[in-house]
Amino acid sequence: MDLSAINPVLLIASLMVAATPLLLAAIGELVVEKSGVLNLGVEGMMIVGAIAGFATAVESGSPLLGFFAAAFAGAALSVLFAILTQFAQANQVASGLSLTLFGLGLSALMGQSYVGVKPPRMGDIHIPVLSDLPVVGPILFGHDIILYFGIALTAAVWWVLKYSRMGLVLRAVGENHEAAHALGYKVIRIRILAILFGGACAGLGGAYISLIRVPQWTEGMTAGIGWIALALVVFASWKPWRALLGAYLFGGVTVVQLNLQAAGVAIPVEYLAMSPYLITIIVLVILSADKSSAPASLGRNFHASR
Amino acid sequence: MIRLEKRPQPSRAWSLATPLVAVLATMVFGGLLFAALGKPPVEAIRTIFWEPLFGEFSFYYRPQLLVKGAPLVLIAIGLSLGFRAGIWNIGAEGQYIMGAICGAGAGLAFYPLEAFYIFPIMVIAGALGGWAWAMIPAILKTRFGTNEILVSLMLVYVAEQFLASVSLGLLKNPEGFGFPGSRNLQAYDSAHNAELIAGTGMHWGVVAALIAVIFAYVLLNRHMTGYHIRLTGEAPRAAKFAGVNPARLVLFCLGMSGALAGLAGMFEVSGPSGQISIDFNVGYGFTAIIVAFLGRLHPVGILLAGGLMALTYIGGDIAQSNLQLPAAAIQVFQGMLLFFLLAFDLLTNFRIAIGKPEVA
Amino acid sequence: MTVPLLSLQGLTKAYPGVVANDSVSFDIGEGEVHALLGENGAGKSTLVKMIYGLVKPDSGQMLLRGAPFAPAEPRAARADGIAMVFQHFSLFDALNVAENIALGMENPPEMRDLAARIREVSETYGLPLDPFRTVGDLSAGERQRVEIIRCLLQDPKLLIMDEPTSVLTPQEVEILFKTLQKLRAEGTSILYISHKLEEIRTLCDHATILRLGKNVGECTPSETSARDMAEMMVGSSLQTPQRKTREFGEVAMAITGLSVPAPSAFGTSLKNVHLTVRKGEILGIGGVAGNGQDELLGVLSGEVLTAADAVKLHGQPIGRHGPTARRALGVLAAPEERLGHAAAPDMSLTENAMLTGSVREGLEKNGFLDWGKTKDFAERIIKAFDVRTPGPGNAARSLSGGNLQKFVIGREVLQNPDVLVVNQPTWGVDAAAAAAIRQSLLDLAAKGAAVICISQDLDELMEISDSFAALNEGRLSAPREAAGLTVEEIGLMMGGAHGMEVAHV
Repeated sequence: MDLSAINPVLLIASLMVAATPLLLAAIGELVVEKSGVLNLGVEGMMIVGAIAGFATAVESGSPLLGFFAAAFAGAALSVLFAILTQFAQANQVASGLSLTLFGLGLSALMGQSYVGVKPPRMGDIHIPVLSDLPVVGPILFGHDIILYFGIALTAAVWWVLKYSRMGLVLRAVGENHEAAHALGYKVIRIRILAILFGGACAGLGGAYISLIRVPQWTEGMTAGIGWIALALVVFASWKPWRALLGAYLFGGVTVVQLNLQAAGVAIPVEYLAMSPYLITIIVLVILSADKSSAPASLGRNFHASR
Repeated sequence: MIRLEKRPQPSRAWSLATPLVAVLATMVFGGLLFAALGKPPVEAIRTIFWEPLFGEFSFYYRPQLLVKGAPLVLIAIGLSLGFRAGIWNIGAEGQYIMGAICGAGAGLAFYPLEAFYIFPIMVIAGALGGWAWAMIPAILKTRFGTNEILVSLMLVYVAEQFLASVSLGLLKNPEGFGFPGSRNLQAYDSAHNAELIAGTGMHWGVVAALIAVIFAYVLLNRHMTGYHIRLTGEAPRAAKFAGVNPARLVLFCLGMSGALAGLAGMFEVSGPSGQISIDFNVGYGFTAIIVAFLGRLHPVGILLAGGLMALTYIGGDIAQSNLQLPAAAIQVFQGMLLFFLLAFDLLTNFRIAIGKPEVA
Repeated sequence: MTVPLLSLQGLTKAYPGVVANDSVSFDIGEGEVHALLGENGAGKSTLVKMIYGLVKPDSGQMLLRGAPFAPAEPRAARADGIAMVFQHFSLFDALNVAENIALGMENPPEMRDLAARIREVSETYGLPLDPFRTVGDLSAGERQRVEIIRCLLQDPKLLIMDEPTSVLTPQEVEILFKTLQKLRAEGTSILYISHKLEEIRTLCDHATILRLGKNVGECTPSETSARDMAEMMVGSSLQTPQRKTREFGEVAMAITGLSVPAPSAFGTSLKNVHLTVRKGEILGIGGVAGNGQDELLGVLSGEVLTAADAVKLHGQPIGRHGPTARRALGVLAAPEERLGHAAAPDMSLTENAMLTGSVREGLEKNGFLDWGKTKDFAERIIKAFDVRTPGPGNAARSLSGGNLQKFVIGREVLQNPDVLVVNQPTWGVDAAAAAAIRQSLLDLAAKGAAVICISQDLDELMEISDSFAALNEGRLSAPREAAGLTVEEIGLMMGGAHGMEVAHV
């Protein structure tokens, strides 16, 4: 065992990378849940985003194009969920599950010829002077653009929810859809837009795994990150900055766990590998006492009647 | 302009018809998918649905239907009880693994002793293993209000890691030349869940699945607990008013589904699969979710849906070898089936009306 | 002749199986308080939803100051100066007052400016309100103020008020009427929907009466007797329940010093509640909605468990008994919310009969259910309480509100309870059914059962109660003999107007 092989600066830098897919997916789902919809299909949308992004990046040679394709694919899959829950009035839990099961199959089908392929690399930004600073440089100024996009997105979602009219209407719809309808807001339309946004974010998160974090394509490679993102929304009490904090915490756990594996700690690999899931459970237990900040209409379908 | 009108009460006819409509729609769209993959669509559909039942080698495939269908039905029956009450155990895969590990572990503990009581002990151990694994989300839900969906799912990943751990350690075959995986239970008579009638695929798991169907039917239709389950799913406040203890119901439903999933795992490991190995689980716990919904959460429906789903598995295997249809295509096909079912379910509670929208 | 503010001409709206409005026409003048009078189900709500753009008429037209008016959505109606205060408030509990108001406006100003304007308007009209309080924490009266101020900020030409007083104490009603009169003096027209005749007589200039979707007459309320209006509204002469004088027996049920924390973030906690009801007595419990009615019913029915001796039946502690154990002892209850609480909407009437009947009617044996016997029980309820339905196999949600209510009350009454607790027994029920339900409660009491009737309808309570108490913010006033109570006294027991000294007798 050699713990000295773990470099704290690299650890923090890689923690941020590990956290980004979680953050992207969680921020998307947070917006969806704020509108009163529970989409359990995050895992499915992520993995479809992962392969769509991967395939596009490989074929076009442009990782950025890959990310656009991933966002599009995630949103496209979420359309199915929107149709089921918003038009066909299907149970949201069942629909979300079906999205995940379908997404896992679809991604495996799409990814058959991409196993073992190397994707084009997404360059890290390089700001003269700043990126070369010791410690601060690699942590703050040496990442890829999507990582910064994730943080910017968190800030944007926070601002929109708190200060904008659009955010107010979104919260109102999630809080009491009957009342929002009575005031003339288009509940279904607003929810569909939120679902699409969530799908696009999940797709981006998936592509981040296959294009940057890993980077390669393997079946089922999201390995429950979509589900952890769902837990993260609860952890964050539906607050964007807390989602960021939570994503970094979970990212930290994953990275430390991987570093410990690499360092050959005397704990069997399997037990280290299960630790992120166990920690998710423990965090859920600690935080589930407070449900007061959950949107009041969460998970309930809306059908305008007389 | 097409709009929806809520029916005054659920339509019984549509409730029965939607699974059939969903299967037909899946055949059509699945065919399109196969065509897109460059496979002959009609041939592919025929291979999946016809070949295992009436094809040239059906004598081999028909027993396989029971072998594949039994764990699906067993798990889905358990899940359906919870789903009916709005209690979402989606971690059956983990409970299935734990049941298999506990069942196999109990049997191997006696190795090489041969005795009549070993198999019953394994059955009990398997059920207990699944039950205990499901009690974790159940107790966390009742004590702390933790979301059972997320906890039960997280535990699948934990169980998979645990499975890897025991395959490489605790249960590893000492005479296995260092390969991961346990002793083969098929070679250990007292622990072998053999075919009851040779060549039929009929093993104890199939018997258990049939008993579970009957049990669930009686429970839901003739017993207070089943009535309370249905009531809780339809109207939780009314259930509380009727005197249902919600916490006890959570423990019952999750415990029951865990035990049945554990049993399924145990019958699988001691029979068709034979040994604990890293890739022992093949997703029955997730497919069973589709089976439960496709069967309309009704015991008899689940029995039929389990058969259908087993058919797609076996038919998929045949299509894979005959037509080089990728295995993932079958997974998509199954996912599609659930989609269509949920979508057409609309017709049970709503009727489609054509005319001016009433709501601006 | 001047052009009316709003003219409705032949408005018709049909839903499957029912014509909600059948060619309704009338005019609302400038600066007029116009009453729209009718029973539940007469089509009042559908009519105002058409004016507010929530529902489109099948035929007919509306003219606003002579120009065709067909709002496609509420936004358009609001832009044309129509504002509406809903019966069930369209408010968002987790948001604050200012945010709630902003949601009802087209172009809300900055939050700070909006808050200032809210303060300004609320002072002008005597409706004090803090813009930054969370709406979920407000009383029903205050919540209504949020809605009214939301409307007033848009300078409406027509203000629609749907049953505004059903959630107010008599004192709060007076304050509301002053506000409305002030608005009328400023030239705002008001469409006032109600079935309370005395209110309409004091407030309104003109009344249109709807029955079964049709305009059946108009009148000047101040010149028409309440009885005449009632008969136009109902279409036949009314039966008032028969009550016989009777002796009360010993105490059947008693609650002493009971405090229960609020079940949810925006629920009400019960504070030091004392209550006794004797055999043969009907105890009426009044109060504005949201003051602890649901919580009190939960404590009595056994849905909420308390310390064992906080609730006693014939002197025996039953506070730890759940609903099933209490039913076995003869304590039955009928909650306010019919669909989802008293009955499961998608289940058949037979299955709903099982819901509370399993113990006392012997519908279960060792956990196994006797559906044949349950069906008989459901049929008995349907027959005895004249529930209009094709049969016991129909789903609860297919019944009209009144019929389902008769089923729910009948289910409990037929089980011969020793103590029956009902909450809002005739809410949303037509007059004939309401009279039948009240009569059944009186008959039950006459047979010696103790009845606790929680209701927000003071007229109902005065009609059937022997003694009266009121809930106010989770506190129960000491009970008084019902006969001889004045409206003023009742109002004070209910907590008076918000901000006045709370009266505890």
